[in-house]
Amino acid sequence: MPKATVNNQVIEFDASEQLNCIQAAKKIGFEVPHYCWHPELSVVASCRMCLVEVGDTKPDGTVVMQPKLVPGCQTPVKEGTVVLADSPKVKAAQAATLEYLLLNHPLDCPTCDQAGECGLQDYSYKYGRGYSRLQEPKNQKPDKDHIGEQITLFTDRCIMCTRCVRFTREISGTAELFVTHRGTKEEIDVFPGEPCDNKLAGNVVDLCPVGALCSKDFLYEQRVWWLNSAKSVCPNCSTGCSITVDQNEDVVYRLKPRENPQAQGHFMCDEGRFGWKYQQREDRLAYPEQREAGRVVSYGWDDILPALRKQLQSTKGDRIGALLSPWMTVEEAYLLASFLTEISEHVRLAVAPAAIVGSDDRYPKDFRGQPLEPTKFTIRAEKAPNARGVDAVLKHFAKSPLTMSDLLAQASSGKLDALYLVGGDPNGWITAQQADAVKKVPLVVVQDILPSAVSPLAQYLLPGGTFAERDGVFVNHAGLAQEIHRAVRCPEGARPDGRILWDLSGRPGLFNAAQLRKEIAAQIPALAALHAGKLGDCGVWLSEGKTPSPPVTHLAGANR
Amino acid sequence: MAKFEPVLFARIQKNDSQALAGYRADGGYAALKKALGMAPADVTTMVKDSALRGRGGAGFPCGLKWTFLPKDHPGPIYLAVNADESEPGTFNNRILMEEDPHQLLEGIAIACHAIKSNTAYIYLRYEYGRSYRVLDAAIKECYAAGLLGKNILGTGFNLDVHLHRGAAAYICGEETGLIESLEGKRAWPRIKPPFPAVEGLFRKPTIVNNVETLCCVTHIVYRGVEWFKSMGVPPDPNNPRDPGSYGPKLYCVSGHVNKPTCVELPMGVTARELIDEHAGGVWKGRKAKAVVPGGISMGFLSAAELDTPLDFAGPGKAGCLGLGTAAVVVVDDHTSMVEVLYNCCRFMSHESCGQCTPCREGTSWMTRILERIRTGNGKVEDLDLLMEVAGSMGIIPGTTICGLSDGAAWPVKNAIQKFRGEFEEFIRTGQKLRGPAEALMAAH
Repeated sequence: MPKATVNNQVIEFDASEQLNCIQAAKKIGFEVPHYCWHPELSVVASCRMCLVEVGDTKPDGTVVMQPKLVPGCQTPVKEGTVVLADSPKVKAAQAATLEYLLLNHPLDCPTCDQAGECGLQDYSYKYGRGYSRLQEPKNQKPDKDHIGEQITLFTDRCIMCTRCVRFTREISGTAELFVTHRGTKEEIDVFPGEPCDNKLAGNVVDLCPVGALCSKDFLYEQRVWWLNSAKSVCPNCSTGCSITVDQNEDVVYRLKPRENPQAQGHFMCDEGRFGWKYQQREDRLAYPEQREAGRVVSYGWDDILPALRKQLQSTKGDRIGALLSPWMTVEEAYLLASFLTEISEHVRLAVAPAAIVGSDDRYPKDFRGQPLEPTKFTIRAEKAPNARGVDAVLKHFAKSPLTMSDLLAQASSGKLDALYLVGGDPNGWITAQQADAVKKVPLVVVQDILPSAVSPLAQYLLPGGTFAERDGVFVNHAGLAQEIHRAVRCPEGARPDGRILWDLSGRPGLFNAAQLRKEIAAQIPALAALHAGKLGDCGVWLSEGKTPSPPVTHLAGANR
Repeated sequence: MAKFEPVLFARIQKNDSQALAGYRADGGYAALKKALGMAPADVTTMVKDSALRGRGGAGFPCGLKWTFLPKDHPGPIYLAVNADESEPGTFNNRILMEEDPHQLLEGIAIACHAIKSNTAYIYLRYEYGRSYRVLDAAIKECYAAGLLGKNILGTGFNLDVHLHRGAAAYICGEETGLIESLEGKRAWPRIKPPFPAVEGLFRKPTIVNNVETLCCVTHIVYRGVEWFKSMGVPPDPNNPRDPGSYGPKLYCVSGHVNKPTCVELPMGVTARELIDEHAGGVWKGRKAKAVVPGGISMGFLSAAELDTPLDFAGPGKAGCLGLGTAAVVVVDDHTSMVEVLYNCCRFMSHESCGQCTPCREGTSWMTRILERIRTGNGKVEDLDLLMEVAGSMGIIPGTTICGLSDGAAWPVKNAIQKFRGEFEEFIRTGQKLRGPAEALMAAH
């Protein structure tokens, strides 16, 4: 294995890793500050924040250092490379670069959304000189609200790292953003009437290391140090992007992508990023209801769940049907399926199809909109987070799982006495016509987050949680099992689905997803990979049962 | 020394010096014929042996650059002619292109033969309208006469020359900025490696040569290596990295002289000789206070350093950045160095491409500090700040991609080192300089 040294510590690496100095330093846990470099974008070496000293070890063992500073992002680390990333010369260059970057920066941190997670702030505290020697007026540049439907630009905060420009050229392929003017008068801009509204546009806000590009959706909503982040998975398609759900006092404010090379890489699409607002809809199902003859007889979970359990247990097994949802977690599907099959192995289990919208949308794209190889990011047509996981559970419990239409056909032909329907797809999962089919079933249970055509028909209406309100595991299109974590509480009377199903099953104690995963792994060979309970930040592959290696490229400043 | 006979400028005083007929009558395109009879590698060796160094500013050995091309490359290989002459005080390429375009075209054809290129682009400074028209006509003449196009002179050699008007920015003259601009992009210099000879224009191997360099190639092939090396300055025996400064050079002399001129002389003439013997001396009977040796980015020679030989090594020994484009600008002793330096800094901050942080912000900061000084609000400590800023930018410390900011830093370093007394006095005595508009008003 090739060896190199960083700050006099030896690192070993694989020759295929093609490390630059920033990545090599990461191996000893040392952050080389940088702005313009991003692992998914081309190297421009223009911010000059990552300057380091490098040298080579000659065959006789002597080290010859290059006289000049070099950008760490641009300089490959090979066998015998010597990197000095904390020498006095490097520190002087870092302080000089930061002073330059702050010369014309407005220092409006008190009103800036980025404050608290800002590359300029962090590096200034760590490497800067603490005061500016500029005595002349700063440049003033106009703010640009027209950059995009979701994006606004505070032009004078920009440090011209051009990450955003490169993203729209190299990943989205849409090239809306560009640099206009020259020298210190430079600005990021769009062409008139051609705003940056592509399907990945929101990523430029994350890529911006400072507070220049801001999300209009999040603008002035919260100071970031008030936010708590829960690690989660975007539920909007089967890619299963690793994300954080950022909340304060049980209110979700934003979703951000979390780097996971196994899932999606660094980015997420706007559909996912902004597609969580149903979580805050006012018509969310908020209270459980037990109805008799159209009249609500109870709103209390403590009454409803035992009554429902009793009623289901007294129904003949082959006349119970259940429709699972690809929006359920593995644990929820397991709890429901195991509860019902304990009543009778003849229960009829089905899973609703995942919605398919269009076709897979692959990136990067060229300027004609054609996908380029290798694919770095895909917005999948399958608009559900866990079709694979629910399928694996269902296959274990049902020898021949039914389709949704089969199950509804049995319901409309009077073959069912009880029907347990799980929804969860915020875009709707049942039509009015399909809902008519259940009218002949005496006992209809609906577990869902939003009202649907079938919810008025339910004898038991069980309000569940969205992805932000639950714990569990989603399995993405490729078989990567990732944990979602509860970020906020459900609306007042609603409960996370796992808890509902745990209590319905009459299991003792509290629902604990990680504990339950151990049971699932022992029961279902296809899900044996979940045996550890805790799956780590990047999840595990079902097929191999291995924990994926954490990303080597991830650095504190890499994906602000 | 016998009077020097100009070679590059031999034809510029002639009537109709631009026409192909006249050029041929003077023996034109004989060098091309000779070169096409030689193997490409032999032409390269010849240029390498001549120790011809690039005339564009950096002085990189031309033949050596050609050998950096990958061996047995399937092509295409490109020649990009750097005619984006933008260094303040420099106008030698303009004269060559306007007065003797075929000399350049012949050099282009020879170079393309040597580097096995079938496509050359002339990246012409946008502002050079007359050069454009003259070159355009000359290229058309060449196509009509079979000197460009297919099967040139019956040798099977094909060459297309495209004349491209530049994007009107100083940075377009930087080798890789030029390539980016030629590709239709913003002229942001590229990071190296890869160097253009390996991956340049349209990601193909590319040689970028200056106009005067290519004109020299014509004469080296025609007159031989010995002729070229018969003039100039041999390498410093104590400096193994000095390839010497051979051949004729076009020196531009402007500023406060009686007769601004562009004159062809053997390498190594002193600044004093240029001013006194070729430019009619400093104007109005005054003395020179400072002399720019080769375009403002090279810094300043003081009055005491006027005997510095203007070869590739000379100005460096006097603390300047180098010979640059050999554009000598004379500043007389009635002129404030504060104003001269302010003007240099203003130019450089206007022309900074804005890619690298130190150059983008540093050039502008230095200009603002000097603006403050010249309006009477300076402090002596500002001079140290200027030196610190100037010392932190450029490819010499390694903090930028291209050399523009070295060129922005050098006038500052030289001016403050060599004229610090004047700056300090200016600040201490609270002097103020009028802005250009006020000066204009006062003149009327």
